[in-house]
Amino acid sequence: MFWATRGLRDGVVTSRWPAGDDSYFDDFRAAVALDEDGADPANSVAAAAAACPTEAIAVTPALSLDRGRCIMCGRCVAHAPNTFSWSPGSDVSALRRGALVVGATDESDDALDELQAALSRRVRRLRRSVHIRHVDTGSDGSDEWEVAALTNPVYDVHRLGIFFTASPRHADILLATGIGTAGMVEPVLRTLQAMPGPTVLIAAGADAVSGGVIGGGYTGGTGLAELLPIDVWIPGAPATPFALMHGILLALGRLPRPAPDGHDGRSS
Amino acid sequence: MTKTPLGPQHDIVVELPLAQWHDDVTSRVQAGERFAGVYCSSRSSRTVLDALLVDDHQVRCFRTTLVPDPDGKFSYPALTPQLPAAFWYERALRDLSDVTALGHPRLDPLLLPRDPGQPSPRPGHTDSTVLDRHVHSRAADAHGPVDMSGRGIFSLPLGPVRSGVFESIEFLIETPGENIPHLNIRPHYKHRGIAKRFEGRSVADAVLIAERVEGVASVAHALAFAHAVESLDGTAVPRRARLLRVVHAELERIANHLDVVIRLCEAAGLAVPTARFGWHKESIMRLVSALCGSRFGRNVVCAGGVAMSPRLDPDQTLDRLQPITARIAADQRQLMGDSTFLDRVRGAGHLDHELAASHGAVGPIGRGSGCRDDARLRPYDAYDEIPPATIAVDQRGDSQARLQVRLNEISVSAELIRQACDRLQTLADAPLVAPIESVPDGYAIGWAEAPQGEVLYSLHMHDGKVRRCFARSASLHNMLLFHDVFGGDIFTDLPFIEASFGLSYAGVAM
Repeated sequence: MFWATRGLRDGVVTSRWPAGDDSYFDDFRAAVALDEDGADPANSVAAAAAACPTEAIAVTPALSLDRGRCIMCGRCVAHAPNTFSWSPGSDVSALRRGALVVGATDESDDALDELQAALSRRVRRLRRSVHIRHVDTGSDGSDEWEVAALTNPVYDVHRLGIFFTASPRHADILLATGIGTAGMVEPVLRTLQAMPGPTVLIAAGADAVSGGVIGGGYTGGTGLAELLPIDVWIPGAPATPFALMHGILLALGRLPRPAPDGHDGRSS
Repeated sequence: MTKTPLGPQHDIVVELPLAQWHDDVTSRVQAGERFAGVYCSSRSSRTVLDALLVDDHQVRCFRTTLVPDPDGKFSYPALTPQLPAAFWYERALRDLSDVTALGHPRLDPLLLPRDPGQPSPRPGHTDSTVLDRHVHSRAADAHGPVDMSGRGIFSLPLGPVRSGVFESIEFLIETPGENIPHLNIRPHYKHRGIAKRFEGRSVADAVLIAERVEGVASVAHALAFAHAVESLDGTAVPRRARLLRVVHAELERIANHLDVVIRLCEAAGLAVPTARFGWHKESIMRLVSALCGSRFGRNVVCAGGVAMSPRLDPDQTLDRLQPITARIAADQRQLMGDSTFLDRVRGAGHLDHELAASHGAVGPIGRGSGCRDDARLRPYDAYDEIPPATIAVDQRGDSQARLQVRLNEISVSAELIRQACDRLQTLADAPLVAPIESVPDGYAIGWAEAPQGEVLYSLHMHDGKVRRCFARSASLHNMLLFHDVFGGDIFTDLPFIEASFGLSYAGVAM
């Protein structure tokens, strides 16, 4: 009974995002930005690409950085600081896997518009509240901490009508973490089959997007792209709670200021 | 104060012929050394078995070379009949290295179910091309074992997809309805093949793998790996780096222990304390990200020191930590006086002291059952300069004891961070890293106390690359005890007992 007064003593600790600004959302360095015209000698850019442990940086045909592979080790930033830099902001999720590759030529806006329209038709019924079923397909454990943090009072996604459910029968969103190990292929597919339509599929974290630095061994695990029809890609190692919130609201078309691409691909 | 953190490792490998190896390992454990794992390394020239034993001062590796039978198969007499703690290790090394422990009571797959004829990954072997890349999941999906029969007894699979935001693991519970007389644990679903992912990598890349063996204990794993490299190289880590390592390791411990508190409160349905401790944990993780940019302290530890200068100076760190620890202290006093909560954890999941001691239980699970073992007592980094004020030990052995150990450790950790920050004040411009130019070939052992318990890295370097790295997480070692703690406990106690173990299943499944 004393807990009630204790719960009140520190006032409101909940973030104002998405209705208002939150400096932790805006300032957290959730991605690496790429400036193709950065004043770095070619050999240091090449050294940055060679140092990347997940081969996320391509030098040819054009310089590009795949945020879906990036595990945020910061080696490229150390090698070529004028070309690669930490990019503040948790708005890193995207509706297309290709949109996570910054510097690469983008597809036409029409294709994206079509994708977005199809998704918003699907989620039209989910506008008030949604239930998420989380599945770990072979994570290192940190992704689960970040997903679980969404219900703590700082993020408190319940205020946005977002709930976690144990039963796939009640779930609208499948939120998958981990590299997609051979052993988890069947369980995750069975979970998806048990979910009633319409469903939205989210891959959270570099492990789920591309397998990261762990994936690609003898148990497979190069991400979920080939296993599941993913709708939203959230990069990060692991994806932070704010990045997860951004991705979930992107899927639902409920972002306060919907960027045309889900992400503009460059830091401002 | 610059000296090698672990000291030069002399005579850490004892080579013995197989018959003598078996006797020596079992008699040493019976004489009081702690068994910490057995694993196999396949090299092109020979296949060796390594058993790790810990005494008060050091960790040693007892090695024996296996001789193939006429069919080219390897086997040896199992340790498990004499050393029950080897039960899982010997199953794992059969899965991974195709070496059979003869006389083992149950050689079911543990980490990697293979179809008949499928090759094994053979950690340590340079030739990985012979591997079938996709072990099909149908093999993994076979129904689990059923051990009990009787009127009304049924088998209930809990997992691998759990009811909530949890890591994937399967508990096969055999029950007449309420109590849990027997359960089997199947962690293989999320087996990622960690051992092979280390191999062939440079030291800098292998640190990235180590940080992901158990992502919630990234700092401890990176430290244990770095310690192995440093003792191989004889590197003297600068004092400032050794103190910063303590700051990060202890922040990681506080965050993990708070996670256990949250899960216990959640299981008890106590909304306010769940929210309160959730906020505290978030505050700690934000402090970690303010220090280094990562919420999990990643990319901080490197071989030879610390990779980056902290973004907060020691004063700022303490200014941010102090109010958080004050709130934690007030809330934990309230929680441990809350009878509705204590009724849930008191007596639940009792682990006998004798069993914990004979198993060599590490971390809060061991300390909650009266086993006073902490890897920080074999000092590394700055723990020789600032040892933990007390090692929290509780004799009761139940979920409450494990929780109490963790709560006490949170205040010890906060004090260690304060002492480390005080000493860092005068070291603002001191070097952070002793660069390691080239790592000599050879074998070394590194350790660190993760929040879950002792992490051991048994590392073999060759040509500047990792040839074989056995990462022994506390989670793998302790998880086996989960079989033995359901005395009179029923289904509704399971979430409390599981939470009080506080293990990372990534570190179990490897």
